[in-house]
Amino acid sequence: MTTTTNILPGGSGKRAGGRIGSWRGRLLTGDKIAHSITLVFAACVVLLGVLLVLQLWWQSSLAREKFGWQFLISSAWNPVTEQFGALPFIYGTLVTSGVALVIAVPLGLGAAIFLAELAPRTLSDIMAFVTELLAAIPSVIIGLIGIFVLVPVLRVYIDPALQSAFGFLPIFAGPIYGVGLMAAGLVLAIMIVPFIITVSREILLAVPADQREAALALGATKWESTWKVVVPYARSGIIGSVFLALARALGETMAVTMVIGNAPVISTSLFAPGNTIASVIANEFAEAMGTMNLQALIELGLVLFAVTIAINALARLLVLATTRKGSSHP
Amino acid sequence: MRFRDYRRKFVNIVMLSLTGVCALVSVSILFFVLGYLLVHGWKALSWDFFIKLPAPVGESGGGMGNAIIGSAKLLLIALLSGVPVGLIAGVYLAEFSGKAVGFTVRYVADLLNGVPSIVMGIFIYTVVVLPMHHFSALAGGLALGAMLVPIVLRSTEDFLRGVPSSLREAALALGASRWRAIATVVIPAAGRGITTGILLALARVAGETAPLLFTSFQSQYWSQGFNQPTASLPVMIYTYAISPYENWHRQAWAAGFILLMLVLIANIGARLLLSRRASPARG
Repeated sequence: MTTTTNILPGGSGKRAGGRIGSWRGRLLTGDKIAHSITLVFAACVVLLGVLLVLQLWWQSSLAREKFGWQFLISSAWNPVTEQFGALPFIYGTLVTSGVALVIAVPLGLGAAIFLAELAPRTLSDIMAFVTELLAAIPSVIIGLIGIFVLVPVLRVYIDPALQSAFGFLPIFAGPIYGVGLMAAGLVLAIMIVPFIITVSREILLAVPADQREAALALGATKWESTWKVVVPYARSGIIGSVFLALARALGETMAVTMVIGNAPVISTSLFAPGNTIASVIANEFAEAMGTMNLQALIELGLVLFAVTIAINALARLLVLATTRKGSSHP
Repeated sequence: MRFRDYRRKFVNIVMLSLTGVCALVSVSILFFVLGYLLVHGWKALSWDFFIKLPAPVGESGGGMGNAIIGSAKLLLIALLSGVPVGLIAGVYLAEFSGKAVGFTVRYVADLLNGVPSIVMGIFIYTVVVLPMHHFSALAGGLALGAMLVPIVLRSTEDFLRGVPSSLREAALALGASRWRAIATVVIPAAGRGITTGILLALARVAGETAPLLFTSFQSQYWSQGFNQPTASLPVMIYTYAISPYENWHRQAWAAGFILLMLVLIANIGARLLLSRRASPARG
């Protein structure tokens, strides 16, 4: 069934139409019109992408000329004196995404292993569907829960507990506000876990059964066969799913903006407020003061765009490489 | 030897249970969010919420009627602008495209799909808001529409490719031209899937907030036409949640509840539609 679906790619039908001699002219013109119309719309999609890149590039030209590469390493962000540097936001973006990955990768991978290797198929499908629903929750609603549930819990219980246990580490030092990099990392973790689960589960399911059977036949326990055979086999796909999640975490805006505290500072403590590239755009764009401020914000958007696109492309390559490898061994 | 075996069995049980715990934790996040919004949102809901304007600061009561209308308007514009492009481009990819062009279009669509929504907002700001010199519902709707394009495109292409080629061949053998075969046989055969894809895409952009912040902006009044800034549910939730007022927080919970319900119902409905599709297609 599945092989017959792909038998008729674009070209062959056209040739079949051409062979029906006398009908040929009428048929071809109708098909040509349909072809051209759909092509125009497809071209619109490409145009949209090209225009997006060009607009980000053009509209940030003044800022790019004025600050050059200094923009990426300067930590001054002062709309009044028109000094703009992206470092605090790049730092905030990296730290929050890092925290999110540290929490979400073990959690998501563990859940994916359970769903792919242990759970009966029905349970696995139901839980996978629930995970998809979790991924569908709008960012602003996660932010709502973040502000009114997560931040108070962090402020009263979790942050003080972490500080009393690991206070000697600079990342857990300093005053506790509740809002801050830690809270932002946590909401990001909630938002990316579904991606890691869904993609990793698919990839683990694509690992051929003989890999597992071989390990079990050699006397490995279920866990050993999973951890030492199946997971390494699916390694690059799993890394791909992590990169997909990372790309999403970097660009995630609303939930982060609501709990990060919005201060353009670089601090080693996770309890300190900060700002990410996306959150500073969300906060300042609508009331940007003057052209240079606007241009600097658009340049931030350009940076964010470039980074997420690069990571996305890498992730897709990795996922593609594994699923191909998996399916070539039936 | 004995001890080592016990240790291995012990590790096996502990680690396998841990994966179960991971799955349970991940899944329970959804139920926690859902339950919390249900409890807090339901309390704050009233008839006024749907039909009244937001109350000024300090007054209790009021609603988000304008935001509900505003969101509906934005989605309408998104539907009208984004869906045709994605749909027809999807038909092109599945039915007409050659290798090179198909690869390019697909690649750009994937790229667009990965663009952070706030960057899409910036883009629409530069091409719509800057020339018009003011925020407008049109800009917000176009931002959502631009986000719809890649999602609708990929789902349309996938569902069209899922149509068995025997259907196409049968139509062609009856003397239909390719475009007729596509328009009257292939697309209707994939119709339910394509509709579902559009529904899911709409559900996804309905909750988007970031691209609206500086395109449709916000408003305390009833939404007038398409050329004015307009309130929308997601932006309203954001501004009300970060405000210091207790009454506004309650309204934010109610709005969040409505929004989450819409999104979940659309997702579950889409899933049901798709699973029903499987049985008649066999016959």
